[in-house]
Amino acid sequence: MRSFANEIRDGLDQALAEDPGVLVFGLGVPDPKGVFGTTLDLQEKYGEKRVFDMPTSENAMTGIAIGAALGGFKPVLTHQRLDFALLSMDQLVNNAAKWHFMFGGKRSVPITIRMILGRGWGQGPTHSQNLQSWFAHIPGLKVVMPALASDAKGLLLSSIFDPNPVIFLEHRWLHNAQTEAADTNKPIPLGEANLLREGDAVTVVSVSYMTIEALHAVDVLKEQGISCDLIDLRSISPIDWPKIEKSVKKTGKLLVLDTGFKSFGIAAEIMAHITETCFRDLTLPPARLTAPDYSESTSPALTKDYHIRAEHIAARIGDMTDRDVSIEPILNARGAAHDVPGNWFTGPF
Amino acid sequence: MTPELTKSLAHGMRRIRTVEETIAARYSEQEMRCPTHLSSGQEAVSAAAGALLRHSDLAVSGHRAHAHYLAKGGSLNAMIAEIYGRVTGCARGKGGSMHLIDEAVGFMGSTAIVGGTVPVGVGLGYSLMIKGGDDIACIFLGDAVVETGVFHEALNFATLKNLPVLFICENNFYSVYSPLEVRQPTAREIHEKIAGYGIHTASGDGNDVAAVHAVMSDAITKIRAGGGPAFLEFSTFRWREHCGPNYDDDLGYRPDPMIEEWTARDPISLFEGKALADGRLIQGEIDAMQQEIDTEVNAAFDFARSSEFPPAEEADMHVFADQMTGGPL
Repeated sequence: MRSFANEIRDGLDQALAEDPGVLVFGLGVPDPKGVFGTTLDLQEKYGEKRVFDMPTSENAMTGIAIGAALGGFKPVLTHQRLDFALLSMDQLVNNAAKWHFMFGGKRSVPITIRMILGRGWGQGPTHSQNLQSWFAHIPGLKVVMPALASDAKGLLLSSIFDPNPVIFLEHRWLHNAQTEAADTNKPIPLGEANLLREGDAVTVVSVSYMTIEALHAVDVLKEQGISCDLIDLRSISPIDWPKIEKSVKKTGKLLVLDTGFKSFGIAAEIMAHITETCFRDLTLPPARLTAPDYSESTSPALTKDYHIRAEHIAARIGDMTDRDVSIEPILNARGAAHDVPGNWFTGPF
Repeated sequence: MTPELTKSLAHGMRRIRTVEETIAARYSEQEMRCPTHLSSGQEAVSAAAGALLRHSDLAVSGHRAHAHYLAKGGSLNAMIAEIYGRVTGCARGKGGSMHLIDEAVGFMGSTAIVGGTVPVGVGLGYSLMIKGGDDIACIFLGDAVVETGVFHEALNFATLKNLPVLFICENNFYSVYSPLEVRQPTAREIHEKIAGYGIHTASGDGNDVAAVHAVMSDAITKIRAGGGPAFLEFSTFRWREHCGPNYDDDLGYRPDPMIEEWTARDPISLFEGKALADGRLIQGEIDAMQQEIDTEVNAAFDFARSSEFPPAEEADMHVFADQMTGGPL
């Protein structure tokens, strides 16, 4: 068994070993905790020039990553939370995303920006934002959101060796997720969604941690005679429209799950696209389950109904299929409080 | 100063001046359809840098970049064609006057966001540090850049890692119409404030090309020897409006004595006057040089105007790269 965090670390290790141009830096990268275990021992192995801690200068360090990329390197910059990386929007949007375009294709910018998404345990308004739609809105940025531990390394390798800037979003609640899948060292192409479950009742489209909740819901519903297609997007830019369209043409029903705010988000874009391309195949209006349009609070008393969980997904699929469904098996299987991913998580962030 | 260097500096300044003034003269033809920031009056800093930097040194700049690009050796034809929006432009018409690039001579890019290329230049310096050798990264910036956070963040990192980076600040005292004193505390000059980082700093009269050359040569020698980053401030003066081909001093935003003092100190006549007086240059050489420059510049405008526009289908090209564009390390 290997964890999602182990897989990220192994992916960085493999990239550093394969290509002397790969650089890994970010606040805390060589510290004793190694960014939730994802960067442990890499500095000892590859030296201080290629793996290093950095000043608390998110914007400049993003520009420095861009400059190093123009100088022939493939930097991987890590932020302990997406929220900190908001300071780097100028470099990401005005330079990284546009360099190849605005210089007429003269030079691409192969950088990977890891950002960690927080949830629960009092992360509060500025440690829990899931702003993937911001990045996906910008032409020239790729946005990758792994869900399964078995995909983490393959997607990271593809991101690092992609010639373009890639925003690689790791959900904090996934770092301890386990995989038994074979350790293949194979890159997973960006833009290929993964059909995790097959069925004809509803098309469930999901990203990142929501895919874990969706797996619980879809598996419990299958035992109750409702089979759904579950599509884990893996990357939202590029996005695998053909796989979503094909499924919707089969099921006629679309439920989109997103970790971000509801309005103007990824779910909204997928619903709009499917409405444009598959309108006549739909037998119900498309539906979405997302975070609400307000920030996450800190007190556990205020976050009980903030995040979408498996029971919400199962109940919505029941509504969409006009079936009575039991969410008891989901609630009974849940061994941890609502604000932690499992009892393995005891804080602090 | 050798006769060769004297000619090189005079030629560098005259070439930039001629390009900028030709743009100004032809701008009203409405064929150069993009914001254009001219460097007339500010040629000395670029000409000195051009005489000192190698093609293997890597430079970046900001919105007023024509002079830097030309001094670094950037293709004149490709720059004029870019301003004319032609497919033969250095960015195939995607970038215009503010987005210049000629990687063959180490001009890695200029962009339009003030301060935006400063960290990029430092990142280029980081790449040069890992590769070894004595090439340097050179960042051209204006006085407003030192007001941005990203400048100080990038300078902090360049200092921390002792990177081979030369920061060249052209202080022309105005950001559009906003004078320095409404933007920065002026009790200390910019280079004095930057000296607090503990790096090599120096300043000079940015209209005296010989002085600029001496200050810059000293700094570049130190950087190439592993001395870490250096910051140089040169005061200078733009003749024309912030953006566009016209003079705008009728608006009264710059005091008359300041305008008179600086325009009287034209960097080209200052330098050539001395060189003619002490015999390092003769008028015939200057005339021949100018004739050659006029021919080159006219040919560049002919090239641009006779070039094709990019085909419409290029509008949505280049959003993503299909493959790595840089070579192996």
